[in-house]
Amino acid sequence: MTTTSTVPDARANPEVPPVKLEVRRQRRNWQGWAFVAPFMAVFALVFIAPLAFAIYLSLYRRQMIGGNTFVGLENYSQLLSDASFWSGLSRVLLFLVIQVPIMLILALAAAFAIDSARLHAASFFRLMIFLPYAVPAVVAVLMWGFIYGDEFGLAANLNDFLGSKVVTPLSQKWILASIGNIVTWEFVGYNMLLFYSTLTTIPGDLFEAAELDGAGAFRVIRSIKLPALRGSLVIATIFSIIGSFQLFNEPNILRPLIKNVITSDYTPNMYAYNLAFAGQQHNYSATVAIVMGVITAVIAYVVQLRGSRMEER
Amino acid sequence: MSSRKRENSVRGARNPRKSIALTVLMAFFVLYTLVPLFWLFVNASKTQPDLFSSFGLWFGDDFALFSNIHQTLTYNDGIYLRWLGNTLLYVVIGAGGATLLATMAGYGMAKFRFPGRRGVFSVVLGAVAVPGTALAVPTFLMFSRLGLTNTPWAVIIPSLISPFGLYLIWVFAVEAVPTELLEAARMDGASEFRTFFTISIRLLAPGIVTVLLLTTVATWNNYFLPLIMLSDPNWYPLTVGLNQWNSQSLGAAAQPIYNLVLTGSLLAIIPIVIAFLVLQRYWQSGLTAGSVKQ
Amino acid sequence: MTSTRTTLTRRVSVVATALIIGVALASCASSTSDDGGTDTGTGTSAAALDAALQKGGKLTYWSWTPSAKDQVAAFEKAYPKVDVTLENVGTGNDEYTKLQNAVTAGSGAPDVAQIEYFAMPQFALSDALLDISPYGAAELKAKYTESTWNHVAIGGKIYGLPQDSGPMAMFYNAKVFKKYGIEVPKTWAEYITAAKKLHAADSKKFIAADTGDAGFTTSMIWQAGGHPFAVDGTKATINVADAGTKKWADSWNQLVDGGLLSTIPAWSDAWYKGLSDGTISTLVTGAWMPGVFEGSVAKASGDWAVAPMPTYDGTPVTAENGGGAQAVLKQTKEPALATAFLRWLNSDPASLKVFTESGGFPSTVAELKDPAFVGAESKYFGGQKINEVLTAAAGEVAPNWSYLPFQVYANSIFNDNVGQSYEKKEDLNKGLAAWQTALVTYGNAQGFKVNS
Repeated sequence: MTTTSTVPDARANPEVPPVKLEVRRQRRNWQGWAFVAPFMAVFALVFIAPLAFAIYLSLYRRQMIGGNTFVGLENYSQLLSDASFWSGLSRVLLFLVIQVPIMLILALAAAFAIDSARLHAASFFRLMIFLPYAVPAVVAVLMWGFIYGDEFGLAANLNDFLGSKVVTPLSQKWILASIGNIVTWEFVGYNMLLFYSTLTTIPGDLFEAAELDGAGAFRVIRSIKLPALRGSLVIATIFSIIGSFQLFNEPNILRPLIKNVITSDYTPNMYAYNLAFAGQQHNYSATVAIVMGVITAVIAYVVQLRGSRMEER
Repeated sequence: MSSRKRENSVRGARNPRKSIALTVLMAFFVLYTLVPLFWLFVNASKTQPDLFSSFGLWFGDDFALFSNIHQTLTYNDGIYLRWLGNTLLYVVIGAGGATLLATMAGYGMAKFRFPGRRGVFSVVLGAVAVPGTALAVPTFLMFSRLGLTNTPWAVIIPSLISPFGLYLIWVFAVEAVPTELLEAARMDGASEFRTFFTISIRLLAPGIVTVLLLTTVATWNNYFLPLIMLSDPNWYPLTVGLNQWNSQSLGAAAQPIYNLVLTGSLLAIIPIVIAFLVLQRYWQSGLTAGSVKQ
Repeated sequence: MTSTRTTLTRRVSVVATALIIGVALASCASSTSDDGGTDTGTGTSAAALDAALQKGGKLTYWSWTPSAKDQVAAFEKAYPKVDVTLENVGTGNDEYTKLQNAVTAGSGAPDVAQIEYFAMPQFALSDALLDISPYGAAELKAKYTESTWNHVAIGGKIYGLPQDSGPMAMFYNAKVFKKYGIEVPKTWAEYITAAKKLHAADSKKFIAADTGDAGFTTSMIWQAGGHPFAVDGTKATINVADAGTKKWADSWNQLVDGGLLSTIPAWSDAWYKGLSDGTISTLVTGAWMPGVFEGSVAKASGDWAVAPMPTYDGTPVTAENGGGAQAVLKQTKEPALATAFLRWLNSDPASLKVFTESGGFPSTVAELKDPAFVGAESKYFGGQKINEVLTAAAGEVAPNWSYLPFQVYANSIFNDNVGQSYEKKEDLNKGLAAWQTALVTYGNAQGFKVNS
């Protein structure tokens, strides 16, 4: 409903005093908050408050004998010389450096194949490869745990077939790779879909032009598809890196039967979890968590910087 | 920046050759993704003793899928159904709530310039980098002081925040909801909320469905936080319950029910798979918008 | 309109900020543990327990024992007004983690929980358990053996009632021994010889399965005369290089390094299968095991027998392995009723009967001396009077053993340290030393003065 007494249309009436425009812009300024506020309110409760609490916890120490005392940065300096933490960290770094590229390359390859229009039943493949993402991590790990197992697993069947214990996915030598396999299985489809979706938005005329120029499939990939995927690749890499640093579910669910192979400090997250729930050392656990958070954030930020940048509107 | 889909008919006309070699290669890939699921199905149909004596990738002597299903649903006074109900509760309220919050917030970020907007952006993005487990212990301690642990709220409230959902809607809204349309609505005197609920939401639909699906998967699969927040098995979601059944096979009064763990897992996957199959169209276009970044 | 909306949003953000700060402050404030144990209404005494049973109510009970279900059923039959919900939330450390979390959270703990003896000090010290002496628990002392009572009477208070005891014996598969002509070993040297003989005869069979178990190791050290843990107030001493510990480690090394132990994880399905088909031919463990055999290894009925635990020099000596008590949690909203249930569970003859019939090994003096109990012929063990061996073992437990006040934690990191020796087939002394280092660090971090 338009009335002449409310804010007039500045385009129609250039002589409208600027003050009223200011009012209109200001109103919109704060209205944004009306939409963002519910999210931020819950966010504050669920992220900011625990984070602040975690920082608070990391500056104190509660002991069985002696109660709660302020210790400043002692927890942090203890962490610097904590072999458990560093071995866990180097383990997830190793995991990251190997598993993430393999998974992303597989996802890329699958996306290219499905997008290439040279595949029979492409949509079938697309759906089937994506399916593992829908499986809860717990179920995936339980499943693969059984498959890897010595009792009624495929590994056992394979060993019987081969006559000796050749396939031992749950042994110390292979466990990290076995976990990497589970993670890859779980997420390759999701990443594939991310890449595929991007590929479908590339304008068709680019391909027509390439065809006219006689470019082969691989040339097309290199010159058209890969550059178009840069943004998605960065996002996929960042999320995979974050996921690797947070590695917890897979080793933790596998742990009960192979306690000597997967120790309580196998990954930094497991270390933090066991510090809190097995050792009742909540303060030190918070310290580990914060340091891991900072490391993850820094690396994710660096990757993001090297990749594309968010375009602000 | 355009999101025009390629005209497949044009491409089809120029590139009709389908490669058998490529198809075979991809078939191996699909084998990799499907074999564990096939293994799950096959072994969910075996009886507990059969699990140990028969070959992993083929059926056992008895086809016991239906009796396994019956046993799964009735074991321990039907606790599985209770877990299923819990999961549905957490998903509907958690994912629904998360989608609503993320949609509103993403819309707000996209269409309004308000003071503190950049702050919100960096804070929320930073939140994605924080490991979930970093917050688990302080959240647990905090919630315990608030008396929320061991209640459904302990599971639902943390699942209401989807930073990636916010980001998706934001990116989607920038394109899908033309500012001119909003201006026109404002001219007509409609309130922002009215515009949002009547006009913008419809335009945002594919993005909303995507976020809904992603948050549904996340809340359906939620394991870690419920594990530490809940000690009463009556409030467990399926993930935690299945894990408990699995660890029940270990211990002094062990009652191995691997066949139920497997059948229960199979049943737990089916709804999500169906949801994905049915809603394919939406999340594909939604993900597209989210992934395109120049 | 503009001003209202802006004010509204501003107000909302102020409230939100206040809320956040308030929550943060509330969480930060140190809270004294909620003392839910005082029952001002009916007073505390043995009479109050009877009154509570008549009044009725609801209880939650966490236990993993095979006999729990039958005992609860019998209890509810005797006291129909009381409804007990039995939950098996895990064995051993799995349950303790949940229990500890619930205690920390201030809610979610059961009314009564099963707690093994080694874990009692940790829970008592962290103020999680209700002192039941006001209810006349001290009068029950005479019913129990001295060693089990000492596990529940800590620091002048009574934190629970013993349920079973676990004097160790050697359970062996007589059928397998006979088949391969193996003599029942009386010393550890003989045991090792038997191990070699068995494994040489059939490479798929092992004398025992062991991948590193904290409870087993501590019990073996106990039997060997080691005293690695000592606690005096807030001072603690941890020394895994003492004579007894070394005696065990050097002896057991021969089995670990010789590949004579099966690596099937204990308590797993494959482990039960191994007990059933002869893959694992002995089990050196506590006297509570027969119930588990009957329940979970039914196929091997008649194959197994019980002999005294092998020793180092032939003199009979044993240790305890496992065995536990039940305790009332301080968080309980029904302290009198929970204590009444506990009293019935572990001292009422009806309950004890159910318990021993389902294979439990009692901690009560009367049952242990009862000729019917001692002379009972076990069908599962081929008609052998197994309780003769087991009650004798109860009397041969080496004295003066103590656990750490943080034994639950200690056991949770056992495999991180000693487990590595098993994994690499290395010297167990090395793994034990690593364990000691970690425990000293932990103890000091918790405010104890360890090894100082």
